[in-house]
Amino acid sequence: MKQPYERPTIRKLNAGALNKFGPRAGARPVTALDGVRVDELVAQFGSPLFVLSERQLRRSYQAAMRAFGTRYPQVQLAWSYKTNYLNAVCRTFHQEGAWAEVVSGMELEKALLNGVPGPHILFNGPGKRRADLLRACEVDAVIHLDHADELHLLLDVAAGRARCPRVALRVNLDAGIVPQWDRFGFNLENGEAWQALARIVASGRLELVGLHCHIGTYILQPAAYATAAAKLAALALRCQRELNTTIHYLDLGGGFPSTNTLKGAYLPALDTVPSLDEYAEAITGALLTAGFRAGELPLLVLEAGRALVDDAGSLIGTVLANKRLADGRRATILDFGVNLLFTSFWYDHHLSPTREFSNQTEPTVLYGPLCMNIDMLRESIALPLLAPGDQVVVHKVGAYNMSQWQQFINLRPNVVLIDQASQVHLIRAAETLEYLQQLEQVPIHLM
Amino acid sequence: MKLKKNIATSEAGFIFNPATGDSFAANPLAADILARAKAGLDAAAIKADILERYDVAPGQLEKDWDDLLAQLREFNLLD
Repeated sequence: MKQPYERPTIRKLNAGALNKFGPRAGARPVTALDGVRVDELVAQFGSPLFVLSERQLRRSYQAAMRAFGTRYPQVQLAWSYKTNYLNAVCRTFHQEGAWAEVVSGMELEKALLNGVPGPHILFNGPGKRRADLLRACEVDAVIHLDHADELHLLLDVAAGRARCPRVALRVNLDAGIVPQWDRFGFNLENGEAWQALARIVASGRLELVGLHCHIGTYILQPAAYATAAAKLAALALRCQRELNTTIHYLDLGGGFPSTNTLKGAYLPALDTVPSLDEYAEAITGALLTAGFRAGELPLLVLEAGRALVDDAGSLIGTVLANKRLADGRRATILDFGVNLLFTSFWYDHHLSPTREFSNQTEPTVLYGPLCMNIDMLRESIALPLLAPGDQVVVHKVGAYNMSQWQQFINLRPNVVLIDQASQVHLIRAAETLEYLQQLEQVPIHLM
Repeated sequence: MKLKKNIATSEAGFIFNPATGDSFAANPLAADILARAKAGLDAAAIKADILERYDVAPGQLEKDWDDLLAQLREFNLLD
């Protein structure tokens, strides 16, 4: 019986300040996802492979509902479609009770096809076209107005309709976040939002039902949400007082972080990201003390995306090659790159081997397979001595990757869902060249 | 493979270059290879021994051997 082999390697020892927060030496192998062996998944569905956990999708949804629902009487989550387009994911959340938050005509149709009733679709986004507004009116979706031109376009669309379209006003405000997101919605502090609200009510052609704000993304300060909630609540009370209009819901948007570590962060996100309970406490605390009369608290809507889906996604990949760079650093080439893992531009993704290694690690640059200099997944990560053919699992990739992925150099791979009974379902098949080219047309003189 | 004469190595894989003050950690196989090289075994004999004892294909060992030499050169440990 021969001994297991691990390639010979030498690591320079650098004296420096000890980091008591450092991870343990050697990465823990992840051999199975939700009870299904990684090597079996690869054997059946190939590599790379996105894997979604239905159990975790539901767990994250229920955790969010628990955090807010135990603190506030009326809470509604609206699944942010752009975070992950896959119908199996969307339907899981709808089954749990989520409404849909969409930002384009295409997403609106997708939500309808997923069985979401029009009145449970919140239509956000700065780029709605006349046809989108017409369709939203037709299905009675709630239109979140983003700017004055859109308001006037909708007033035009609404003219002559038997039923007033239901609208909410998207408001941007100073919640203490720098930079302040002011490109979406009407500004609160300069009076623009109030002017728009007055115009909506005065028009008699639109039914004002909600106020919305989204202060940013990956916001690490729960207090900023408290500020936003308090300001939005004050605006709702002013609508009641001065416009004699009841605001039925306040939509605090999303932007809650996941536990992925942002690039440049000193500590891992697991140690620094506030829990969802802290956000819930901040938001509901502000609303409960805002001055609404008993029994008149508006519905609290949250457009969670990343916080619901990020933890449920994993990406299995395979080492294609190892090489040494000119300065002596080790580089490993994987079979997926920024084409599939778009979020590697933002995060230092956590990555695990799928078999046991010794505790030896080597600082490694992780590259994808694209013939592009930008295709770098990690600038430096301590990895065991991976060999070509070894598999790795990238954790917490459920948000944005399966909507912002690209058909670039390589096609998009299979995506599977592991259900709560550990059964594996293919939910999106790997693309083919035929699929890629089916919309192309070649002029006759080039045939 | 010829290590510089002044390079100190230990069985545990610690390597020290007294000329520069640099120190290094070798994993068990690299430490074994360096010890054999210091004992005067040539590359062919060391590789044959590794193939005998470890579960590795000759092609993989050749690639990793070249990589080890590249590391030793990079760290200025070879004559």
